[in-house]
Amino acid sequence: MSQTTAELSEAARDPVPSLAGIAAAPIVARPAPLTAGVGPLGWARVNLFGSVPSSIVSVVLGALLLYWGWGFLSWGVIHAVWSVPQTPAGTMDPAACQEAKGVGACWAMVRSQYRLTLFGRYPYDEQWRTGLVILLFIGLYAVSAIRAFWNRGLIAIWAATLTVIGILMWGGVFGLTFVPQDSWGGLPITLILATFGLAFAFPLAVVVALGRRSQNLPAVRMLCVIYVELIRGVPLVTLLFMASVMFPLFMPEGVNPDKLLRAQVAIILFAAAYIAEVIRGGLQALPKGQYEAADALGLSYWKKTGFIILPQALRLVIPPLVNTFIGFFKDTSLVLIIGIFDLLLSGKVAITEPIWQAYSTEMYLLLAGIYFVFCFVMARYSRGLEIELSRGVRR
Amino acid sequence: MSATQTLERPMAGSNQPAILLDKVNKWYGAMHVLRDVTMTVGQKERVVVCGPSGSGKSTMIRCINRLETHQEGRIVVDGTELTSDLRALDTIRREVGMVFQSFNLFPHLTILENCTLAPIWVRKMPKAEAEELAMSYLERVKIPEQAKKYPGQLSGGQQQRVAIARALCMKPKIMLFDEPTSALDPEMIKEVLDTMIGLAHDGMTMVCVTHEMGFARQVADRVVFMDRGEIVEQGPPDTLFENPQTDRLKLFLSQILRGH
Repeated sequence: MSQTTAELSEAARDPVPSLAGIAAAPIVARPAPLTAGVGPLGWARVNLFGSVPSSIVSVVLGALLLYWGWGFLSWGVIHAVWSVPQTPAGTMDPAACQEAKGVGACWAMVRSQYRLTLFGRYPYDEQWRTGLVILLFIGLYAVSAIRAFWNRGLIAIWAATLTVIGILMWGGVFGLTFVPQDSWGGLPITLILATFGLAFAFPLAVVVALGRRSQNLPAVRMLCVIYVELIRGVPLVTLLFMASVMFPLFMPEGVNPDKLLRAQVAIILFAAAYIAEVIRGGLQALPKGQYEAADALGLSYWKKTGFIILPQALRLVIPPLVNTFIGFFKDTSLVLIIGIFDLLLSGKVAITEPIWQAYSTEMYLLLAGIYFVFCFVMARYSRGLEIELSRGVRR
Repeated sequence: MSATQTLERPMAGSNQPAILLDKVNKWYGAMHVLRDVTMTVGQKERVVVCGPSGSGKSTMIRCINRLETHQEGRIVVDGTELTSDLRALDTIRREVGMVFQSFNLFPHLTILENCTLAPIWVRKMPKAEAEELAMSYLERVKIPEQAKKYPGQLSGGQQQRVAIARALCMKPKIMLFDEPTSALDPEMIKEVLDTMIGLAHDGMTMVCVTHEMGFARQVADRVVFMDRGEIVEQGPPDTLFENPQTDRLKLFLSQILRGH
């Protein structure tokens, strides 16, 4: 007991315990040997040119990257046609694009057709409304992403924003012209389907996942299993067809909910089945002790679920959950097969115009770019969320 | 709180028993894990349950707050019989605190939140009052300075002391300990046992499954020895350890003594 705390901590740092009876001098801690290079050059030397095979691979891949990168730059920027003159008749003159075909991209087409792509067949003079709707959606996502807003107020913000979006889309009040749903199109449709789809599918999925794990209510469990397996066993396209074609047959005369609404419901039901399985994975990954500790403290089922189980289970499944979300964001494009003008179908329509028909590559690049931005932001955000939520929890 | 201090013995004949098990039987599938277990624990009595692994001691203690359900027999806790009636179960769980071998703290909540969650949501205590109560118990287990940390940042011994404080925050009448020191490194066992000894001195009714025979000698009013699902022998610790009546207990004692 004569050791001072300083000696003790020194001994604790020493990985090899000194032999009993031998008063070994404490080994002074040394910095760890360098395994990673310092600076960009050092990093490249270690990671790209560490050995002969890796150097060869680096050189070959680097050359390919440069070749393709330069090719794209040359096509997409240097030789690209950014604008074309107007003909006296008021239409566009695509002569410059035809000349550059195969050498340079025709971005002039995008300039001419972007409104049709983004807003579909929405009346041209009212398209500021749909533009505003897109901004509102993006603002809503941004606000929801901030953890400080994660409280009951957020639900109110969502309700208010979605109401405003509804008013802007439909109109008919506050001096806005009424626009029937058949005329909606473009990015707002995609955002509506994805946002409502996931916002409703998520709580439904939580309930289904909990139901499927229920031990005391076998009937509820069976129902949840049947729901998940039935929906999962069918392609989304089939569900959309059923919603669009078969569903009206079963409805009484006169009752005919809108096509967009039916597609929306199909997407919600489909997404919920998948998300439920992801959440169930999280529920199963939680140690049994967490359930028991909550039980032993006398927490009721819902309090246990709300305070102890779900916060931990959802945190565990953020990566597969976001994976599913991203998948569904893109799957909304399948509604084009039942004739709903989402972003993809609007883009396809935009290039049916005779003078622009030859430039579908540019259009699909634009569409891919828009989808990519939304998905990439989702992915980055989830990565940040994962790190933030695991802070303090991780050992 | 020295070890030599004599403990206040439970009052003989004080009203109803804290816990009563009457011919309790339980099966896991075909395996008969509890066999006619009959036992009473008096108010303020401290009972240590020991026995080889697989003897049913954990199952028995977990039946007392119905983390496991028994299939035959009667369990009465503080005058309330354990049945499938959920209201009775709520009452019992409110009065019975439990400490687990693997701590089972909630990793996503701070130490303070771990302690205040149940008082606020089960006992409907105002938040400020619950926090004050939690801090007083955290002081008692000697870790008030860790209140804002997360369980993952604490050592095993500290986590187990938090788990004890968390259970105490519900102001239970009975505390169950299910091998509270078995998952701890040797140097941390003492700090947890000291906390439990302190509790015993305060007159808490305790049922403790443990292999810590020193602890049993020091605080137990009675030691219950279980083997293969049944209570084989029980009595005051000194009598039981010095003068075992059955071969099974003799064998068990020789094994754990060899292990120490």
